[in-house]
Amino acid sequence: MPQRLPRNPFASSPSTVVSLPSSEKPTSRRLSNSRGNKLTSFFSSTPKTKEQQSAQAALLSAVTAQQQYLLNNPSPHISAPSLSLPMISLSTAKAGEANTDEPPTTLFQPPSVAEAKRQARVDAQFGPLGAQSHRYVSKHMGGEWPEPVIDEPPYYYLLTTYISYLILIIFGHVRDFFGKRFKPDRYRHLTAANGYAALNSDFDNFYVRRLKLRIDDCFARPITGVPGRYITLMDRKTEDFNRNYQYTGTYTETLNMSSYNYLGFAQSEGPCADAVEETIKKYGISSTSPRADSGTTDLALEVEDRIAKFVGKPSAMVFSMGFATNATSFPALVGKGSLIISDELNHASIRIGARLSGAMISSFKHNDMDDLEQTLREVISQGQPRTHRPWKKILVVVEGLYSMEGTMCNLPGLLKLKKRYKFNLFVDEAHSIGALGPKGRGVCDYFGIDPSEIDILMGTLTKSFGANGGYVAAEKHIIDKLRVTNAATIYGESPTPPVLMQILSALKIISGESVPGQGDERLQRIAFNSRYLRLGLKRLGFIVYGHDDSPIVPVLLYNPAKMPAFSHEMLRRKISVVIVGYPATPLISSRARFCVSAAHNKDDMDRLLAACDEIGNVLQLKFSTGIAGGADNPPDGVTPEMEKEWQKANGLQGVVTPPRWSLREVIANGVADVKQTLR
Amino acid sequence: MEFQDAQQFVVRSINEITNRFQKVPGSAMLIRYIQSSYQDDPVRSAIELILVIFFIRYLLAPSYATHKGNFVKLTEEEIDDLVDEWTPEPLVAPQSAFEEAENEKLPVIVGPTGSRVKLSNGRTVTNLASYNFYNFVGNEQVKEKAIQTLRTYGVGPCGPPQFYGTQDVHMKTEADIASCLGTEGCIVYAQAFSTISSVIPAFCKRGDIIVADRAVNYAIRKGLEICRSTIRYYEHNDMEDLERVLQKVIKEQSKKPLTRRFIVTEGLFEAVGDCVDLPKLVELKLRYKFRLMLDETWSFGVMGRTGRGLTEAQNVDASQVDMLVGSLAGPLCAGGGFCAGSTDVVEHQRISAASYTFSAALPAMLATTASETLNMLQTNPDILVQCRENIKAMRAQLDPRSDWVHCTSSPENPVMLLALKPDIVNSRRLSIGEQEKVMQECVDEALINGVLITRLKSMPVANGANGKDEGWKLQPALKVCITTGLSKKEIEKAGVTIRHAITKVLTRKASSKLALPAAS
Ligand SMILES: Cc1ncc(COP(=O)(O)O)c(C=O)c1O
Repeated sequence: MPQRLPRNPFASSPSTVVSLPSSEKPTSRRLSNSRGNKLTSFFSSTPKTKEQQSAQAALLSAVTAQQQYLLNNPSPHISAPSLSLPMISLSTAKAGEANTDEPPTTLFQPPSVAEAKRQARVDAQFGPLGAQSHRYVSKHMGGEWPEPVIDEPPYYYLLTTYISYLILIIFGHVRDFFGKRFKPDRYRHLTAANGYAALNSDFDNFYVRRLKLRIDDCFARPITGVPGRYITLMDRKTEDFNRNYQYTGTYTETLNMSSYNYLGFAQSEGPCADAVEETIKKYGISSTSPRADSGTTDLALEVEDRIAKFVGKPSAMVFSMGFATNATSFPALVGKGSLIISDELNHASIRIGARLSGAMISSFKHNDMDDLEQTLREVISQGQPRTHRPWKKILVVVEGLYSMEGTMCNLPGLLKLKKRYKFNLFVDEAHSIGALGPKGRGVCDYFGIDPSEIDILMGTLTKSFGANGGYVAAEKHIIDKLRVTNAATIYGESPTPPVLMQILSALKIISGESVPGQGDERLQRIAFNSRYLRLGLKRLGFIVYGHDDSPIVPVLLYNPAKMPAFSHEMLRRKISVVIVGYPATPLISSRARFCVSAAHNKDDMDRLLAACDEIGNVLQLKFSTGIAGGADNPPDGVTPEMEKEWQKANGLQGVVTPPRWSLREVIANGVADVKQTLR
Repeated sequence: MEFQDAQQFVVRSINEITNRFQKVPGSAMLIRYIQSSYQDDPVRSAIELILVIFFIRYLLAPSYATHKGNFVKLTEEEIDDLVDEWTPEPLVAPQSAFEEAENEKLPVIVGPTGSRVKLSNGRTVTNLASYNFYNFVGNEQVKEKAIQTLRTYGVGPCGPPQFYGTQDVHMKTEADIASCLGTEGCIVYAQAFSTISSVIPAFCKRGDIIVADRAVNYAIRKGLEICRSTIRYYEHNDMEDLERVLQKVIKEQSKKPLTRRFIVTEGLFEAVGDCVDLPKLVELKLRYKFRLMLDETWSFGVMGRTGRGLTEAQNVDASQVDMLVGSLAGPLCAGGGFCAGSTDVVEHQRISAASYTFSAALPAMLATTASETLNMLQTNPDILVQCRENIKAMRAQLDPRSDWVHCTSSPENPVMLLALKPDIVNSRRLSIGEQEKVMQECVDEALINGVLITRLKSMPVANGANGKDEGWKLQPALKVCITTGLSKKEIEKAGVTIRHAITKVLTRKASSKLALPAAS
């Protein structure tokens, strides 16, 4: 239900707590043979075995110990100026529960209305951490880098997906047939008139007109305010099937699972915003000149220096737009006689940059190292087409984290090939910088690889840093050359001072230089949330793509009609999600994408899981086979090492059961299981 | 045991398959047909079978040859050898001496930018190198508004416009620009530089025809390169040549199916500084039925009584321009670019312009700043008058007075481009590279005397791309940007400094150049 927001779009946030037994309460970990008990255990407390009781007691004491630890080690507060007074952890306090900014003596006075409002507003941008156990360090645990298993739905769903598209296309043509005759006005831009050819081609436009328009209300929903933990949508309605929208003047505050706000730096309060305000006062809004003329300020150089240090390269440069960073960097690096080998799922900006460079372009299957090796062997041995001259340079381009798949690049595999085949490696860390690695320094950090092994590290500042723009980091001589040959430096506007300051202060926080502890908290929260959500969804029975530690969690929907249905159902539950379908994905694998943030807390994840659970039942989305994870835990007393034998002993070898956990079990076991290898 | 199992399994599955097949409607007919045709004519059946196999192979084959003609088959060992042998060039070539000097000399401003700036070497100089024409950078009202926006929206919108990145402030800025220009709609991009490069390929597809001015700026060239249309150039700002090219295109195309045709040009040219004759252009476009893409990056906020650009200055209805592209980053002191046009034109870009769809939206505070400064120009056109006074004052010091350079910019353009006079270039046989060096020396000399100016920078056009135009070369020039942050007196003083610097460099050059043998 829309809520009216007269002035303050953040006035109050809806309750975020799922009405379920507290997740912190230890419950019996699920046994694989306890499925029959599921229902009963949901409604009544089943008599516990002695073993379970003692396990519970142990857990209880662990919780008490942890609380003690919490009392001794206050978690750094995220937004309020950090006071050095000893006090109860602010992060564990709920909004409006206690007046948190007062000295301890007034702890039990009710908060003033203004203060409560302010706190609610802060919490709407960055949620308080529920417990210290809701943290995890994002890191590759060594060993072979696993390719995520791609699960497939029953053929029924594939078939109905194709049939759905067929019906949509037939209907579209029928409507076009009559529409062109009875409502020629609507086809104005598709028909030649007065000697002008049509503005858009009828054929190209068909998809937009007949498929996208039907679900257009799920895209480009306008918002107001900060896209933080919550996002405030402007309500709109349509009377002509999504052709035009009318704004009702009301707003809906929803849980934000859609913004690339990985580290939660989208905030209008707190140290970053304070620093930005100071910068606006001091520097003004703009540098009003390209970098190469007189747009280079001390601030820009400082940011470049910090970024270089952060990603572990000797030198770096910043741009005012991530897209243009790619579009202009490739022409400055390679040209005629060179070859770019690009992952087939690379971002549009990479493709445009590659095309502008004038180099030959070849591609390999997404994340498939064998295919890459095959391609490399072929192109190096064949040389340039026709002349067979050797290539001048070969640049392999991958992304650190793929924004539609949630997969990470196989960096160890790439480096092995790089040693053998001597190509140059360009990694676009648009989504991985800040979001991966124990220190948030991207894929190199995640895999524990020295950044000097990669030639060019590119990334954007739009996502994790809550700012705008992009950077390129490399050896000093490369950057020096790029400074004079890169078009965006010469002609493009330079990044504005407030944006630069946002980057700078975010970097300082991540590296622990200002507000010590907060950077780590952010990094560990997003890592925990990502794993927790992914595991939960798999256990509920959804097909989820991507690697375990990736904060991008795509849930597969398949049927086109399920895209708007999912989006609307989520919106009804006040959750904003992004849905993507053809042409951004293959025709059949339409999906919903959740972007996890450090601004979320476990309650938010539980709320999302609960919503998914309900919607998954209604829309029939739980069709995973179990091969991609979500398996039951081994029974008590069986360690992961012993598990193989245990399976053998019980005749369960190679048996994969589709995971269909109940929501309650998912929530009860999630926190502990996230810390293990996900299964 | 196991073998028997397998056998049973095979038999069972064959039975199952036959059963199922017989249930398919029409299967009996098919079997009867095959049986009878085999009995009548076994050869025909064989041929049919071959045809079917061929058809299936054809369906399964890749749609295009994977290897072009001269693919050499090699053994694994040979490939290994070749791989071992191959040594790539270094990723970037070493810097040239000129590039190195350029990097070294890059001015670094400490603290805020404005009409007077402090450089990293501690000196404070007069800044005539920024597009800060109306000195909005230091404006308190603008700052106030930006801080308010910051406290409501944060900094970045953290997402592309199509995925929850569109904020109400973006829609307001779009509406403000559209209403100011009088177009149906407007779309705001996150960076001015990549706006036109995305607008062109969003509309111009393979088979379409683009007629462009030869002097168009780098961003337009990139747009032309990336689209797959046929490109024709006409002589810079020569409306007669344009008409000739248009006629030629019409003639060539008369037999072919109708395709989209576009004229692409600039309002004020970034590389030359002069101004297009818009009424004539619109007349031609209407006569020959071309669509007009006008890049007003350098004229929006500059030309016209209230800074609405060339359409206002030359009394042309902005809706006559099909795609009007402009910048919010230059004179408006905010960030981002825009494209105004009809609703169809605007809405089409929202899903097909790459740098809009695949990039994060503009930070909210830059959108509100653009709205604010645009409004200031509308309500207080005196700022523009003041700027023009300053332009006049500077021009008086340079164009007629200097023996060495002339100003190619239009009289109202606050970006004054000063190129060497043709007779100087001819008499001294200065190549483009040498002229560039001379210009850099002038910039350095002016800076020594406390005036920061800059020069027009050229970029090599990437090779192998669509729509090359080898013939056209950018003439190196000095770039002097006027600002209202300085009084007329100060402008005049700076003008004298620049003039003297040019004279000093060129008289010095003259002697060294004269010493060379005339034939070199
Ligand atoms: C891999 C990749 N590169 C570049 C970009 C462009 O970045 P920006 O939004 O800052 O223009 C994106 C944005 O979506 C991206 O995903």
